[in-house]
Amino acid sequence: MQLLLFNAFNGLIQGVFYALMALGLALILSLNSVINMAHGGFLVIGAYLAYTLAPYLGFWGALVAGPLGAAVIGLIVERFLVRPLYKRPDPLYTLLLTFGLALIIEDMTRTIWGAQGLPFQIPDILNSSVSSVLFFITGYRVLVVGITLLVVLGLWLMLRYTRLGIRIRAGTLDLETVSSLGVNIYLLRALNFALGCLLAGLAGVLAAGILGLTPPMGSSLIMPSFVAIIVGGVGSLVGAVFGGLIIGVAAGITTTYFPAASDAVIYLIMLVVLVLRPRGLFGQEGLFE
Amino acid sequence: MDEFTRRRALKAGLALGAAPLVAHPILTYGQGESPIKIGMHDPLTGTYAAEGESEVRGAKMALEEVNAKGGILGRKVELIVEDDNANAGLAAQKAHKLIEKDGCSMIMGAVSSATALSVNQVAAQKGVPYMVTGGHTDPVTGKECHWTTFRICTTTYMLAAGLVNTLASKFGKKWYFITPDYAFGHTFQAAYAKILQGMGGTVLGNSLSPLGTTDFSSYLIKAQSTNPSVLILLVDGQDLVNCMKQAVQFGLQKKIPIGGGLSELEVLRALPTDARLGWWTLEWYWSQPGVPHVKEWVEKYKKTYPDGSYPSARTWFGYAGLHALALGAAHAKSIEPAKLAHALEGMELPPEVKLQPHKVYFRKEDHQLMAGEFPGEIKHDGKYPDLFKVAEVVPGDKTALPASETGCKLDYPA
Amino acid sequence: MNASMTGSDAAVAGERSRAASPTAAPRRNLRAAGAVVFWLALVTLPLWLTHVGGYTALGTKILVYGIAALALNLLLGFTGGLSFGHAAWFGLGAYGAGMTLKYLAPSTPLAILVGTVVGGIAATVLGPLVMRRRGIYFAMITIAIGQLFYFIAVRWNNVTGGEDGLAGFERAPIHIGPWVYDVQNETKYYYLVLVCFAVAVVIMKLLLASPLGHTWVAIRENRRRLQFLGVRIDLYIWAAFAISGTLTALAGTLNAMLFNFTSPQDLHWILSGNFVIMCVLGGMRKFWGPLIGVAIFVVAQDYLSSVTDNWMTAIGMLFVLIVLLFPKGLLGMLGRRGKEAA
Repeated sequence: MQLLLFNAFNGLIQGVFYALMALGLALILSLNSVINMAHGGFLVIGAYLAYTLAPYLGFWGALVAGPLGAAVIGLIVERFLVRPLYKRPDPLYTLLLTFGLALIIEDMTRTIWGAQGLPFQIPDILNSSVSSVLFFITGYRVLVVGITLLVVLGLWLMLRYTRLGIRIRAGTLDLETVSSLGVNIYLLRALNFALGCLLAGLAGVLAAGILGLTPPMGSSLIMPSFVAIIVGGVGSLVGAVFGGLIIGVAAGITTTYFPAASDAVIYLIMLVVLVLRPRGLFGQEGLFE
Repeated sequence: MDEFTRRRALKAGLALGAAPLVAHPILTYGQGESPIKIGMHDPLTGTYAAEGESEVRGAKMALEEVNAKGGILGRKVELIVEDDNANAGLAAQKAHKLIEKDGCSMIMGAVSSATALSVNQVAAQKGVPYMVTGGHTDPVTGKECHWTTFRICTTTYMLAAGLVNTLASKFGKKWYFITPDYAFGHTFQAAYAKILQGMGGTVLGNSLSPLGTTDFSSYLIKAQSTNPSVLILLVDGQDLVNCMKQAVQFGLQKKIPIGGGLSELEVLRALPTDARLGWWTLEWYWSQPGVPHVKEWVEKYKKTYPDGSYPSARTWFGYAGLHALALGAAHAKSIEPAKLAHALEGMELPPEVKLQPHKVYFRKEDHQLMAGEFPGEIKHDGKYPDLFKVAEVVPGDKTALPASETGCKLDYPA
Repeated sequence: MNASMTGSDAAVAGERSRAASPTAAPRRNLRAAGAVVFWLALVTLPLWLTHVGGYTALGTKILVYGIAALALNLLLGFTGGLSFGHAAWFGLGAYGAGMTLKYLAPSTPLAILVGTVVGGIAATVLGPLVMRRRGIYFAMITIAIGQLFYFIAVRWNNVTGGEDGLAGFERAPIHIGPWVYDVQNETKYYYLVLVCFAVAVVIMKLLLASPLGHTWVAIRENRRRLQFLGVRIDLYIWAAFAISGTLTALAGTLNAMLFNFTSPQDLHWILSGNFVIMCVLGGMRKFWGPLIGVAIFVVAQDYLSSVTDNWMTAIGMLFVLIVLLFPKGLLGMLGRRGKEAA
């Protein structure tokens, strides 16, 4: 029983990480209507930039600079590659585009930094357990949870109270009307895309603390985040967060009893959700059909 | 005569059962004094790209040496490298390309076990000698063995035999395993358990982790709860990097000694300093004081690839693999497949190729290279490349399962 | 490379002729001529492919993937169902064929039959889960189904070989009465695949020309209107899903025997994604579009990865450029009309 609680809690922490990635994906999917297959690529960009900058800026500086770098690259990509495709309603084209981008990013990362995995050092204070009983609560995981909470809170405040946030929310619901009201929707979408990439980059830096840093590291993390979005409900940021938490806990519990199914269980959950409640837990009806 | 007809003639000869003898004159006639081509498939992109690159580097060093000494049978040797992306289907396709289009008379390579098995099928079907450099799964020289296939890297049983005694005598005999959930891991763990139980030890538990697992905390929690005398991590590559990083953050190494199966210089290099610890087995190490030729070879490597890197076991796999093919051809005085295969059987690698103290040779019965194991301890807080302390070098024929137990029956054409 | 060129040339010739000629009869003649050139190129492929830098197995692989992509396009391009799980049927066919040869009997026709039937039944049985979903939900539910099969193949080590893949079988010579057709020969296997390809193409063309096919296109074009007309859309999508899955499984069986090997990667969503990309690359509103996409994808990967380590960048650039410059896919841009050209 104790083992189960441990694992459920541990899964919750893991779920926070999925949620962080799913949030970025969900933002881009909602407003830019892009199924961003290159999200894992932006994650890798954030992680490698942080690794490179850490000797100069320290870990904390790199934690800020890495994601910012990913956001800047995201801005450029949006302006020159994604924007020409908004006219085309079929999401397949942006899917093909971002799939191509994912290949390019992985390959360029390998060319620049090499295929050899890189040792990413985190500060000692994060590199130990908080308590000896709950030894799986490490300083680093507290940091991951803390940052994600901050991000969710910040996003919520921004979307609720700032002009940009209100416009993003309005754009998600009805882009044409927002546009006819005189809002520069190109700028709006560009900023939103960059914000999504920023979150991907942040997830990347945080992942580099617990995972090996290699060029293909992003590709194994992308599918769980898509699953999180579907389970939580397309178009809902709250849904993305809850979706991430749910699949994290489910994977944690399955690992305790039936480890062979620990990576299949999230797809099983998605299947059940799609059959019984296709719009997910918090999703809107009929979006992106 | 183009490659296509030559291959067909060769295959027809094999199919008729008469032989390689029929095909042989056609082969040499067709090629004249043209270079002998060796095809190599390895992952240069994707998850195993670092390991693949190391193997290719080693093969290229050997190529240069072979050509400097006049090539194979007086003919220049060409190495054609193809990226297999660690994808079994692509690897098989590239093997076809190397044999059919490029006219390679021998092929070599593989990091991922699946690619070794898929190319194994192609090579056997085409009757082309295949030197597996780094696919560890047992069936390559076991149930799925073919007369065409030879292997440099060691089997799971050989890897296991190196370390068990040391760990048991140092830390105790109650072990917990975290094992990658595929054939390599299963046989590896079975070998460990068998040896451990043979000396009166207990297996407290065994967690099977899917290949490519990113979050090892559940397994670590379970392992910790059984309070073992040693935690054995049999995961390799990227999984080992992830697992070690997380184990160290949990502070497990302060409570439980950590040991494992196979590790590699590429993996140790990817770990941050505080996660570099524990007992592992390498299949070759660059620092072997007193062993002839090793130091010179490492110097040569550094001159050839001046990027600050050191040769790893993978580099040696590629190096020994290409040399073995060249030596085999020299012994056989022919590159005709069956003759080459027979010449390689039982062939011993000379000191300047084996680069380790004990006798290294291809076992006749299953074509497995009897190479040594290098069990030892990771130097805690070590700086690359000085990351490992070799405890001893165990000769291959002491660690290998008897040939009769591998399940291999070589299928030479009649 | 040239395999694809000839294929596209033929198709292009057909397209151009239709656009250029004012009357129907010469147009039809030119189309017929294009078709003759196309099939002639495929039949003679083993003779010329080696002389232009190819090899027989590459030609075979293009045909095998071609069957899969054309079959996927029945659902994707003609009915409008974004399937991201077609690797499931491909892989089931592959494992079905491989296991038949390994455990049941060394018979190539039996292996093809069993693999196709297994994949087809699975697609038919699971179709009802999928048929009412649309857009991204359709994509994700098919991913879920595909990944579940993937994990079964990965975990069921004793039977499937797990991560290492299924080895230890080979395609067997085909006995027809006293006559033996030795498909172990690369060229002879190519012709077996070509026959399967032709059969699959005929089936698909007939379907698309039938009322069933017209209804599929109508569903894609205006789903709601059909609903108002009282058409059971879900049943038509189910039919498309089942037929498309069955033909994809056929391709899977041929792929397993091409290399005498199959691995879980043949079931993974990345392969499903690649099939979709091949369709989009070539143009999914054209019958032959996916084949062009396959040829480009397979040949580019084969050629570029031999030339440079940075082949992934090159292929990625190719995707980006095609999306930006050819909104309807390569073949889609060559014809005037955006609608299907079957």
